[in-house]
Amino acid sequence: MSITRSLKQLLMACLLTLPALVHAQASDEQAQSLLKQLADASYAEKGRIINDIAGSGDERARQWLEAFADGKLARVEEDTDVAPADTFVIVLENRGRDWTVADALTGDEIGEISRRNLDSIRINNALRGELDGILSVIDLKVDDPEQRLAAARGLRGSVDDAMVENLSELMAEEENNSVKAALEEAIAIYRVEELGDVDAVETLSGSLNSQARAALNAASRSDDAALAKAAKEAMVSIEQKLKMNRAAETLYFGLSLGSVLVLAAIGLAITFGVMGVINMAHGELIMLGAYTTWGMQQLLPGQPGLALILSIPAGFLVAALAGIAIERSVIQFLKGRPLETLLATFGISLILQQLVRTVISPLNRTVITPEWMSGSFMVNEGLFLTLNRLYIIGFSLVVFAGLMLIMRKTRLGLEVRAVTQNRAMARSMGIKATRVDIMTFALGSGVAGLAGVALSQITNVGPNLGQNYIIDSFMVVVFGGVGNLWGTLVAGLSLGTINQLLEPWAGAVLAKILVLVFIILFIQKRPRGLFPQKGRAAEG
Amino acid sequence: MSTTNTSYSQSWLTRPFTERSTQIFLGVLFAAMAVVTFLHVAMPQDSALYVSSYTVTLLGKYLCYALLAVAVDLVWGYLGILSLGHGAFFALGGYAMGMYLMRQIGDRGVYGDPVLPDFMVFLNWESLPWYWHGFDMAWFAFVMVLLAPGILALVFGFLAFRSRVTGVYLSIITQALTFALMLAFFRNEMGFGGNNGLTDFKDILGFDLRTDATRLGLFLATGVALAIGYVICRAIVGSKLGRVSVACRDAEARTRFIGYRVERVQLFVFVVSAMLAGVAGSLYVPQVGIINPSEFSPLFSIEIVVWVALGGRATLYGAVIGALIVNYAKTVFTGVMPDAWLFALGALFVLVTVFLPKGIAGLLPGFRKKQQDDDPKTTGTEREATA
Repeated sequence: MSITRSLKQLLMACLLTLPALVHAQASDEQAQSLLKQLADASYAEKGRIINDIAGSGDERARQWLEAFADGKLARVEEDTDVAPADTFVIVLENRGRDWTVADALTGDEIGEISRRNLDSIRINNALRGELDGILSVIDLKVDDPEQRLAAARGLRGSVDDAMVENLSELMAEEENNSVKAALEEAIAIYRVEELGDVDAVETLSGSLNSQARAALNAASRSDDAALAKAAKEAMVSIEQKLKMNRAAETLYFGLSLGSVLVLAAIGLAITFGVMGVINMAHGELIMLGAYTTWGMQQLLPGQPGLALILSIPAGFLVAALAGIAIERSVIQFLKGRPLETLLATFGISLILQQLVRTVISPLNRTVITPEWMSGSFMVNEGLFLTLNRLYIIGFSLVVFAGLMLIMRKTRLGLEVRAVTQNRAMARSMGIKATRVDIMTFALGSGVAGLAGVALSQITNVGPNLGQNYIIDSFMVVVFGGVGNLWGTLVAGLSLGTINQLLEPWAGAVLAKILVLVFIILFIQKRPRGLFPQKGRAAEG
Repeated sequence: MSTTNTSYSQSWLTRPFTERSTQIFLGVLFAAMAVVTFLHVAMPQDSALYVSSYTVTLLGKYLCYALLAVAVDLVWGYLGILSLGHGAFFALGGYAMGMYLMRQIGDRGVYGDPVLPDFMVFLNWESLPWYWHGFDMAWFAFVMVLLAPGILALVFGFLAFRSRVTGVYLSIITQALTFALMLAFFRNEMGFGGNNGLTDFKDILGFDLRTDATRLGLFLATGVALAIGYVICRAIVGSKLGRVSVACRDAEARTRFIGYRVERVQLFVFVVSAMLAGVAGSLYVPQVGIINPSEFSPLFSIEIVVWVALGGRATLYGAVIGALIVNYAKTVFTGVMPDAWLFALGALFVLVTVFLPKGIAGLLPGFRKKQQDDDPKTTGTEREATA
């Protein structure tokens, strides 16, 4: 135990009265006595005793108080098999007749005791309110700075007269800057709200906490002119920060939507750009990838994370095989007739949709998001980036880089580019054009499957999944310039961002319409997209 | 079968009537209309040959679709433009008619408001939006049936053809256009009834829409409209303009090089086709009694294309045959086993494109010879394959 920590506890103990218990670690005897007092005391006295317990510096104090707050701290009334009378226990499971309990002093689970032999220590709402503050103060003493930070943040807006002095002392002692700042803010909120302290307003200026804003808002309407003025100024600086946050958030949403579009479109960019094949069933290949994820999770119940990771290769394979089947059965007969390919693949998309409806279900399926993908990453207190979208942005960049490598560095990529530029010439050089077609289509379809795996994490998995993305995907490809992977990346990200920028003032539907109109007008200026193909390949 | 080599000294409008295929088509169409009318009016209701008014309306609906298919065949078959946006023109014509019918309801709506349609009362609208004015007059509405799709096609076509967006790109952009319109019309704020569209029509030009006589009248009017539309299309494709548009289809760059203003030809044919689609929509609405944004769905637009593909591109009568067959099949399928319909439609798309590139018309006698100078496949395929 470090010296500073001992000192801190020493200090806390002093602060929270009862000098008799000034020890680094209270003994079991003292603990037992404190719990006994708590159990026997009247409601009025209990308030004092919980302060004693908190001040005892006992590491188990938090556990006791939490259990007490939940009504799960109990005393054994008479001797039983597992514990003698007057043992204090924490109820772990309070269903049925026999309750599972743990010894409050040792913390070990000791077995089941009939609920009739247990006497729960009573609590009322006033005490519960008091406990919240006390528990936060206890948390402020733990070693882990993260936990201290969370406790300090939780205190904002709930500081009262009784706590403020202790907190000020704790703040002075605190070494971690963010914890210190949070404590300072908590105290400042109290000072502004309760005391109308103009100096404290300064501290809150720039804070993104909603409690701080509420306090400033109230203060700006105060009769005290100086206070109102200071509060208003502080609000302006907060407003500015919020605006920046909103801009960053819009950008983030835009990029995440854009990366979804890139994922959905990039497989299409390969088949459309390289082979000149309009694959209207691309959306359904995405859908197959999403259903593969769902299927994996059915196969591996309880392990959504593992299932998701396995879905990445599985989704690629399923969609790639489906793609090969489509290429062999239909597209190879329609070579050089893009409009017919469009119709035939549209037919395939209808069949696949109906197949899923008939075989699986017309209803949406839920895909579980693994724990490590849910939650969010906090940039500052007003800006949280949801993790699943962060993962998708990363995933689409990885897929993009992978495709780039395949097209640039592998023999397949070389052959694909050769066949694209001059099929006859490539064949006369000994490249098997048919094999290249199959591989290209499999690659493009496989990437659609990957998109489906990613999409399953942010949207419903249902028969219409592909429909929702196919038109957007085509727009991205047309906007970016056919056959250009960089174009697809830039187009996808910018369309996503434009959509998000328009949404606040136009609404979701109108934003989408405006984006479509924008693309139609854009095509006027650059009919071949952002990055048109140059040279002989462009003549088609 | 030298129909296409007919002397150009004839007036462009009278020439179609000298063509054998047009004569047969009009003969069959009018004979069918006469038979249906006779069986509906003269037969006793319990006779096996009696054609119920439900069937008459259903046939009228098919004829609307047939006219729509003819319009699509005009641009796809003879101009090489695969428009996936004709559902939009059809729906716009339908909405123009729907607005007229809506205003004819008067105070007989659920809310009894003499001016505002029910959905506007429901949404607490104060007054009629400006674009609804004039739709109480039949002539204005009928003009709008032509103008609404016509102007959209004009603006869109002008933008697209000027920047030489053709082929697959144009298909995708037209699909996006339809999709955008669908999203727009789903909005309640648009003032077109949102999700529910326009419905609860009472009468047209003073005739009660629910009576058998009106239904028969609408059916006959649709038949006449189909005949007129067919003759107009036939006249266009038989004229010099039609020859140029076929040239655009087969070798756009060469046609432009020779000195033709390709984009003007494309624009003209596209606008005419859009207007025909609008007329089809306007006749469709009073017969089915509703128009809603689902007509804008990309699926519907692309379904029209498969009617034409099944019937046979660049024949016009093939489009009619395709529309009738597919829609009859749809009525049967969706009644007997609804789940199977999408399978059947999907299979139709695949089978027709792979195994029946010339459609049903390609199976008819006398088709091969005519195709020698009018075949979208031989010339078109060569061009695309070398591209």
